[in-house]
Amino acid sequence: MFEKFFPYLLAGVSVGGQYALIAVGYTMVYGILRLINFAHGDIFTAAGFFMVYIAATMPLYIAVPLVIILTVLLGFTVERVAYKPLRTAPRMSIMISAIGVSYLLQNLMWYITGGLAKQYPVLPWIGDTITLGNTSTKVVTIVTPILTIALVVALVMLIQRTKIGMAMRAVSKDFETAQLMGIKINSVISTTFIIGSFLAAVGSMLYFSNYATVTPTIGAMPGLKAFVAAVFGGIGSVPGAVIGAFIIGIAENIIKALGYTTFSDAFTFALLIVILLVKPTGLFGEKISEKV
Amino acid sequence: MKKVIALVLAMMLVLSAAAMAESLKIGVFEPASGDNGAGGKQEVLGIEYAHSLTPTVEINGVTYDIELDIVDNQSQTDKAVSAAQTLVNDKVSIVLGSYGSGVSMAGGDVFAEHTTPAIGCSCTNPSVTLLCDYYWRVCFLDPFQGTVMANFAKEEKQAAKAYVLTQLGDDYSTGLGFYFQQAFTALGGDVVTGEFTEGTSDFTAFLTTAINEGCDFFFAPSSTTSASLIIDQAASANVTFPIAAGDTWESSVILDAAKGKNVEVYCSTFFDEKDESSTVAADFVSGFKAWLNDNADKKTNNGGNDIVAAVSALGFDAYNVAIEAIKAAGSPDPQAVAAALPGVVYDGVTGSISFDENGDANKDMAYIKQANNETGEFDFIKTQSVADLG
Repeated sequence: MFEKFFPYLLAGVSVGGQYALIAVGYTMVYGILRLINFAHGDIFTAAGFFMVYIAATMPLYIAVPLVIILTVLLGFTVERVAYKPLRTAPRMSIMISAIGVSYLLQNLMWYITGGLAKQYPVLPWIGDTITLGNTSTKVVTIVTPILTIALVVALVMLIQRTKIGMAMRAVSKDFETAQLMGIKINSVISTTFIIGSFLAAVGSMLYFSNYATVTPTIGAMPGLKAFVAAVFGGIGSVPGAVIGAFIIGIAENIIKALGYTTFSDAFTFALLIVILLVKPTGLFGEKISEKV
Repeated sequence: MKKVIALVLAMMLVLSAAAMAESLKIGVFEPASGDNGAGGKQEVLGIEYAHSLTPTVEINGVTYDIELDIVDNQSQTDKAVSAAQTLVNDKVSIVLGSYGSGVSMAGGDVFAEHTTPAIGCSCTNPSVTLLCDYYWRVCFLDPFQGTVMANFAKEEKQAAKAYVLTQLGDDYSTGLGFYFQQAFTALGGDVVTGEFTEGTSDFTAFLTTAINEGCDFFFAPSSTTSASLIIDQAASANVTFPIAAGDTWESSVILDAAKGKNVEVYCSTFFDEKDESSTVAADFVSGFKAWLNDNADKKTNNGGNDIVAAVSALGFDAYNVAIEAIKAAGSPDPQAVAAALPGVVYDGVTGSISFDENGDANKDMAYIKQANNETGEFDFIKTQSVADLG
């Protein structure tokens, strides 16, 4: 029995780790700006394309850091160009701007790549095949959850223990008051986007090492599921997003193991509806009380 | 000043009208993006090459310049309808394409409504021509292709249990999967089926099920985008069974995915560039390669190499069949062309083409190829015809 389910479980944990890295980006931006950054999934895809093109001309030890830097720059630029000018606008405007950015990025990638699937370069070591018991898989499957947890622990430390982390918490509690207390909210928000994009870049390397095909719309599905994971875990909460992502990843694969492959996506989104109906704040979400 | 401008504009109108008087349009209805973008581009290359050889057609002593009107149907059935509408609004004489069956069926309704004939190049689902009176095609059909692959699995690979993986909502994939299943069970084999939805990137669950069920053949007719993921994940799961599919997989995307990996990949297709039994085909291959090597951007569209894809050969044939039909019709009027098409007989690169009562080409030969993991090219395995199947 265990023998039979083990490969599915392994895939589930790995997929969960990838969702988690994207979900953290959603949840942090939401925590601070109360904005669902719809462009996040496309930043993830862009990171994939950066790697495809950069790895074709440069050795990997330059390509990997360069991809991360470019992705971070992209996330930073999106925030500065499309969100910052709308800081005082109604929240709906900035949300619509996010949808616009998402489509802009998608169509830009469509235009540049010609819409064709590109093969992701094989990263050494994590692209190798290993055998566990009688299941063969890639090293990246094992590495993903470990790396995800390490990164998230580091991130939680950053939020809890450092000055910028304290500033982030303050901004997420009360935007205006934080500003009055002398916190430079623009740099705090930029830092949030930088961290989110960094995690998306790492996530894209892990994801595409497993699923080595990059197309302009490939980020949409993982992006959506990561968003569901963030809501499930309680949007605004970093550990919640990670736990939500792992639960969704594992549940999806168990459903596939039971033979209902067609329903695995439906399950994820049904879960979103149920959570919103039963516990809108999610597993670890804070109860929002309206300020008077 | 105003008078001069008015004069110039008037002159331009007259000149353009004069130029338009002796030209006709051939619509090209192909995906340049989306899941089937890679194959669609190769098919367009075949059409463009044919156009470069025959850029004009003579009708009743008047020479018409042929203009290719190329639209992108994005491999999606909803986008295909508006792409087809663009073509009929442009008043094309005839339409060539598409690569896939789903988009062809979606576009077929529009073409029928506007009585514009269409010649499918590599859409293999029977319903394309069966459900549409204005669709013809130059390739073989899925019932034949599915039977060929089932025989290949049973006889060459001694397979007893096959896993059939299809994409939900994709007419080509579900159709071919169904015909394979039908033929394979008729030959005494067992079949396990799986279905995936558009946008799926994790195929490990399907592969694991196939391993657990003890399948010894994996048949996955799907788009090349899904295919590269399936092949890659099959290689990391160390599968021992061969993986096979239909004509869609004859693409450089598959070769890239299979290169350097320990996995057996087969596909059936319409044409083999190394087949030198016909001089028409040999001339086409050498001419097409030279044309690709002269045009850097065309070569990029072909996947960066000069390997001749079967779909390019079909595109080439479809264009020439269209020219024959226009000549026989004696008019660029779509309805006249449609009336002339059933009578056209043309000796093409992919064999002799004549149409049956459904509008399907009478073809009975398929080529089975294997992706070479070392050289990154297709190795020819065997040809199979209907007669051999008995």
